[in-house]
Amino acid sequence: MLIAVIIPTVILRPSTAAAHLVTTGMGPVYDGIGHLVLTPEDLVPALALALYAGLRGTVPGRRALFFLPLAWLLGGFAGLGASGLPAFPLPALSFLILGVLIAADLRLPTNAFTILVVAIGLVHGFFNGIALKNGPGGLGLVGIMAALFVLVALVAAFVLSLKPPWTRIVVRVAGSWVAAMGMLMIGWFIRGQG
Amino acid sequence: MTKELRHRTFFVWFLVVALNHVWVPFAHAHVEQGQAVGFVTGLEHPWSGLDHILAMIAVGLWGAQLGNPAMWVLPITFPIMMSLGAMMGLLGIPVPGIEIGIAVSAILLGIMVLGEVRPKLIAAAVLVGFFAIFHGHAHGTELPAGQNGLLYSMGFVIATGCLHGIGIIIGLVHRWPAGRVALRGAGAFIAVMGVFFLWRAVA
Repeated sequence: MLIAVIIPTVILRPSTAAAHLVTTGMGPVYDGIGHLVLTPEDLVPALALALYAGLRGTVPGRRALFFLPLAWLLGGFAGLGASGLPAFPLPALSFLILGVLIAADLRLPTNAFTILVVAIGLVHGFFNGIALKNGPGGLGLVGIMAALFVLVALVAAFVLSLKPPWTRIVVRVAGSWVAAMGMLMIGWFIRGQG
Repeated sequence: MTKELRHRTFFVWFLVVALNHVWVPFAHAHVEQGQAVGFVTGLEHPWSGLDHILAMIAVGLWGAQLGNPAMWVLPITFPIMMSLGAMMGLLGIPVPGIEIGIAVSAILLGIMVLGEVRPKLIAAAVLVGFFAIFHGHAHGTELPAGQNGLLYSMGFVIATGCLHGIGIIIGLVHRWPAGRVALRGAGAFIAVMGVFFLWRAVA
């Protein structure tokens, strides 16, 4: 009887709730997730890629689902070991390319799409790796990878499920916005250099 | 209640709710600082001038009048060409007569809606794209100091798209005879306001 009381009591004993993580922080994995969610330079291309993958169908959707997070992670590890940012804002190109692909509803062959996904993942991952080097580091990249997987799964699946033609048009209009933002990012960069 | 009347009633209430959401003031629940200010500034910028607002709504109205595919080709063309204009502004490439161009855009687009003009799709897209450059140039040169360029861009691209969306939703009234008349009246109003803006620009 005593053992029946003691064992569950020990197992179920609550520890500190740390409900507000003022002193502990959220941990490196959640910091990585937060970094993706709060960085439009990364979030918007990830969303745009998921939208495009959804427009293209199930095979590209699956390719994006697995290749993007993996490429991002690999790029991130490369960034962790790098010093200094590249001069040209390569993420701006991903805005422009993805935006145009979505707006024009261009059909890339599946292998070309996969190469694009990997390239975008590597570039953005590299920039993230540099940004997270003095913070959450590798675990932050794991958090980003997980967040990307969920994001691509949800967004691409949602777009795939859209049936009425006008809904695809709404996605294409969103793509034109992304392309517009990309063009402006390049403009800001050139202005800053001049 | 007939099906037609139900649709009309639903549509009217939808417009009322949509317009209320558009005109509701910001809650300002959290005081924006740093980068958030850039997004809000960009979001507010297209609303800062009645000339911008009317021209962008006119694009939506005209697109709705023309129907598919113009209904979505025009709202896709405008933001992209607007960004090109903004880029030109950022790079210091001058575009002469910005305010005149914006005013003329309101006049011409208003006339298109008033006259239910139906050019070829490419002509409509070229017209809209050409004037979008003027609007974009005005936005691109007006980023306040210390704010984030990307977030500002996101804000004003999204706000522009929403204005087109408002125009398209309002333009859907053209399916009813009274709606078609109202739409043409709206086009006349936009054209007249364009003349007023032009007079203000050259006076």
